[in-house]
Order: sequence, then structure tokens, then C-alpha cells
Amino acid sequence: MSAPTTARPAGGASAPGRAGPRRGPSPSVRRQRRAAYLLVAPFMLVFAAMLVVPLVYAAYLSLFREQLVGGNSFVGLENYARALGDAAFGSGVVRVTLFLVIQVPIMLGLALLFALALDSGRLYAQRFVRLSIFLPYAVPSVVATLMWGYLYGPDFGPFTQVAEMVGLPAPPFLSSGWMLGSLMNILTWEFIGYNMIIMYAALRAVPADLYEAARMDGAGEFRIAWSIKIPAIRSAILLTVIFSVIGSYQLFNEPNLLQTVAPNVIDSAYTPNLYAYNLAFTSQDLNYSAAVAFLLAAGIAVVSYVVQLTSQRRARS
Amino acid sequence: MTATTPAPTVDALAADPAPRRRGRGSTGRRSPLLTVLVLLTLPYFLLPLFWLVVASTKDNADLFTSFGLWFADFNLLNNLQDVFTAQGGVFWSWIGNTVLYAGVAGVGAAFLATAAGYAFAKYSFPAGTAMFSVVLGAIMVPTTALAIPTYLLFAEVDLTNTRWAVILPSLVSPFGVYLMRVYAADAVPSELMEAARVDGAGELRIFFTVALRLLAPGFITVLLFQLVATWNNYFLPLIMLSTPSKFPLTVGLAQWQSTAAGGSGAQALFSSVITGSLVSVVPLVIAFLYLQKYWQAGLATGGVKG
Repeated sequence: MSAPTTARPAGGASAPGRAGPRRGPSPSVRRQRRAAYLLVAPFMLVFAAMLVVPLVYAAYLSLFREQLVGGNSFVGLENYARALGDAAFGSGVVRVTLFLVIQVPIMLGLALLFALALDSGRLYAQRFVRLSIFLPYAVPSVVATLMWGYLYGPDFGPFTQVAEMVGLPAPPFLSSGWMLGSLMNILTWEFIGYNMIIMYAALRAVPADLYEAARMDGAGEFRIAWSIKIPAIRSAILLTVIFSVIGSYQLFNEPNLLQTVAPNVIDSAYTPNLYAYNLAFTSQDLNYSAAVAFLLAAGIAVVSYVVQLTSQRRARS
Repeated sequence: MTATTPAPTVDALAADPAPRRRGRGSTGRRSPLLTVLVLLTLPYFLLPLFWLVVASTKDNADLFTSFGLWFADFNLLNNLQDVFTAQGGVFWSWIGNTVLYAGVAGVGAAFLATAAGYAFAKYSFPAGTAMFSVVLGAIMVPTTALAIPTYLLFAEVDLTNTRWAVILPSLVSPFGVYLMRVYAADAVPSELMEAARVDGAGELRIFFTVALRLLAPGFITVLLFQLVATWNNYFLPLIMLSTPSKFPLTVGLAQWQSTAAGGSGAQALFSSVITGSLVSVVPLVIAFLYLQKYWQAGLATGGVKG
């Protein structure tokens, strides 16, 4: 990571015979600082209004409770205590954690394999392959879920039709035992390509001399991939891991939409986000919903931070 | 570029900041085996989309009686007509809203991120490091968990069920700022800025006339990813909006789907949901195909260092 630098005096070639102006709290530096603040200000203002203020407001709301008599009353951390002891919330958290532990390694492992295959330059129809894998990312998750919902369909879905043709029972994709796996499949389908592109872009930026040297030492392609390429794109892989952690914990669209076809399997607290949504908009329990949403955001931040720290420590040792 | 130009110019320095290090392939040998293995996986990615295309050509009855992965009677035009005329043509509004939300949010977020990322990369100013750390930390705040607090806040100031409620939160892309900071560090040479200063250009003028051009691939990358994020966003507009004429495609289609699945009469048909879905996918696919060389260049330098 390059440290932010003030501009150095121009080199001789582009401005011959000109000595760099002397530094200090000179008017030029002050001008530059003013410009920096001007350029950062629009983003920081919107950032504060749309990110910081809502989080602070949610934290504030979460400390109150709406009473039938007497309106809002301050209850301190009671909502958080309630959330931590709430079996519905807990089972949602366990469910998305399970989701994370199983689905993310599969998705990122496949994305990495595809990225390495593309980067090896040994594929015919390279562009076609890359775009085909990436295409699902351009499909809105709403549409992806609708599509897979039809494909999974127990009555007329293609899987059912094929199973019937060969005389097998229809696969119960939308049953309670299969639902989590069916959701994992939708998410995997949607995001392999996105993660592959991030990894592939990183691979393209690795200097080729490293491979030449390794080849000279007799390393095969697999050895190069394992010992050079993968370590070289660690930070890109870490980025995809963190995005996936965040994505798993905030699962909402897919379970929310499959709820319409499998209302008995997906309950109102199937994922923590679905729970927070239903608390706010079905039960009208805004304060408790704020506590759940805030707790979820804080939990995700902590988990991503821990992932980042442990991977950095491992890199150093 | 001709050799007569004496000093480095904007064009020369604007050349791809990450020059390609090798031609196609490290050894140049192509592998039929690897190709076959990869091609065998492609049906997984493409079959659902093929199904979507096939299903959009069927009428509501054929959808449930014919084989899912092959064509029956061709009813695409009828379906399209149904989609665009249902409920007084509300689908047109959904398309317009989606384009508006995604367009404004995409351009706005990309511009805010570009200006901020450039400033973080190219100037040292007292609060810079602290602000950047906060932004970096915000990448880890999930947008969906943020949506409910934002809703509650907007309800306080009467912004719910307005178009602003969808656009304003989508203008912030902390990841975009991170990407642009890394990108700007490489793409805008400090020597060039100094040369412009020597020529008497002000700092903002340097940004708008010199740097912005060099930052274009990064800008387009952020634009495209925020465009997709807003185009595909479901949770935020679902929470914020209650008037169907303000819905984007995602919320509208989901609503049609739930009425169709509810089977409460002739209000919405599965064939309309499916054909509408196809219509909503096409523009993004085109945008990605058309802009791919830009966003891939942007990701290659920006997304992955640090």
C-alpha cells in the first residue's frame, strides 16, 4: 500500500532547470490541503448521513421500549439481553453460520479453480468461458431466486420432470431438510463468477518473472499455482472471504422470496435479517428490531475483523 | 503518439497503468483436456438462463405442462404484451424507476468515491488517515443490516416512500473509495500533478481536467458495480416504498410472484413474472458485455492490492 504523498517536485526531464519549491506550511501546501478536504467532503457528508447517523440512531432506539401505557421508556441494554436469549434469533444465527461454513468454501474454492484455469492461458474459448461464469452475477437475486424456485418446483420443475422420466422420485428441493442446501446452491450460482473475476484480476497483476524463475527450477503448473499464484493473490482472496462472510450473515432476498413457495419451511426468523425485518414490519416492534439489526451489524464487523487479523497473523508467521 | 512530442503528455501517461505482462498464456500451449473439463461445468451457469429464455416463450398453461427445458408454442410476444399492459402498464414505471435509481446511484457513488479516493491517495492532510480508516471499517457494515436503521431514521424525517429513500443510501460505496484510492495511487503520477501546478493550474482544475481522465477505468468499475448493486437491490426499496408506481423491477416482480403464487385470481400470471424477469436481466447483461474491457482494467489494478 503506497502511503499518501504530497507531490514531489517535478523531475528534471519534464521541467528542466527548475528547482523544486521549498516546503513548509507554504501557501501551496495549504492550497493542497484545502483541495483535499473539498474533494473528500461530498463523500464524507453522505457517508455520515447514510451510514454513521443511522447506526447511531439504531443504537439509540435499541435502548428503549414502546410501552402500551406511558409511551417510550428507557430500558438500557434490555433489548440486547432479550436478543441474546432469544431462541428464534439464535437459531437464525446458527443457520447462517452453518451456511457460511459450508457454502463459502465451496463457492470460493470453485471460483479460485476457475480463475486459475483462466489465468493459465490454456483454455480455448477463454472469453466465452469467462463471461458465461460471470453472467449470473448480472442477474438480480430476485430473478435468480424466482428462476431457481421454478426449477426446484416439486410439480412441474425440470428436475422433477427428468426424475419422473427415469422413474425416480422427485428431489424435494423445497423440503425442510433440503432447503438450506437449495439456498446454498442459489447463492453459489449467483456469486462464483463475481469472486472469480476478483481473483482473476489479481492473478493478472502478478509479475510473470516469478513463474519463469520457478519454471527454470523445474516447477510444474500445479506447483506454480499452489506455491506462487495463490500466495500472491492472498489479499484478493481475503477480500472475497470477507465479502462472503458479510453476505452470508445478511441473507435476506433468497429466503424471503422462497417463503412464498415454501411458507412452512421458511419461518419468520429463518435468517437474522428476515427476523429483524419481520420484527419491524410485521410485529411493529421497532426498538427490538433496531437492537437485532445493530447487534447483527456489530457481529459481522467483529467476525470480518477477526478473519482479517488471523489471516494477517498467519501470513507473518 | 508520435515522437515529436517532447514532454510526457496526458495521453502518454494515461496508457494502461498495469501494462499487460504477457500474451495469452504463460506457456502458449492450450489444453483440450482442461478446456473440456471447464466446458462441462458451463451448463450449471447457463441452463437456468436458458430456462428463463425458453419459459418466456410459453403461455401460462404450457409453462406447467410442457417440458421445462424445451420450447412449446411460441407466445413471447403475447407475454411481452401482458407484461407491459398489466395493471395499467405499471411495468413501464418499474423500468423507469430502476433506471433512475441505478443510474443516479451509480454515477453519484462513482463520482463521490473517485473524488474521495483520489484525495486520500494523492494528498496528505491531517485528518486523512483517520477518515480513511473509518471508511475502510465501514466496508464491513452490512448494507442490509443498515437498511432497517435507515428506514427508522427516514421515517422520522418523512423521507420514506419517496424516491430519495432509495437513492440516498445507494450513493455511499466505501468499497468504491477503497478501490479508487488504490487505483489513483498508481494511475495519477505525482509528477504530472506537479507539472500542472507549475503551469499554474489550481488543484481542483488538476482533478477535473487531468486526473479524472486517468481515473476513468476505476470510475467505470465503481459505476458498474454500484449500478448492479442498486439495480438488483431488493431489501432497501422493499422496506422504503409502499406505492407500487415507485417500485423498482425487483420489488415489483416479487410482488407479482407472490400474488401469482397466492393464486388469488387473474391479477398476475406466472408467465408475466417470468417474461418480466427476462426483460429485467437483459440491460445489465448488455452493460457488462459492452463495458467489460473498462471494468476489468479497473479491477485488475484497483481491487486487489493493499
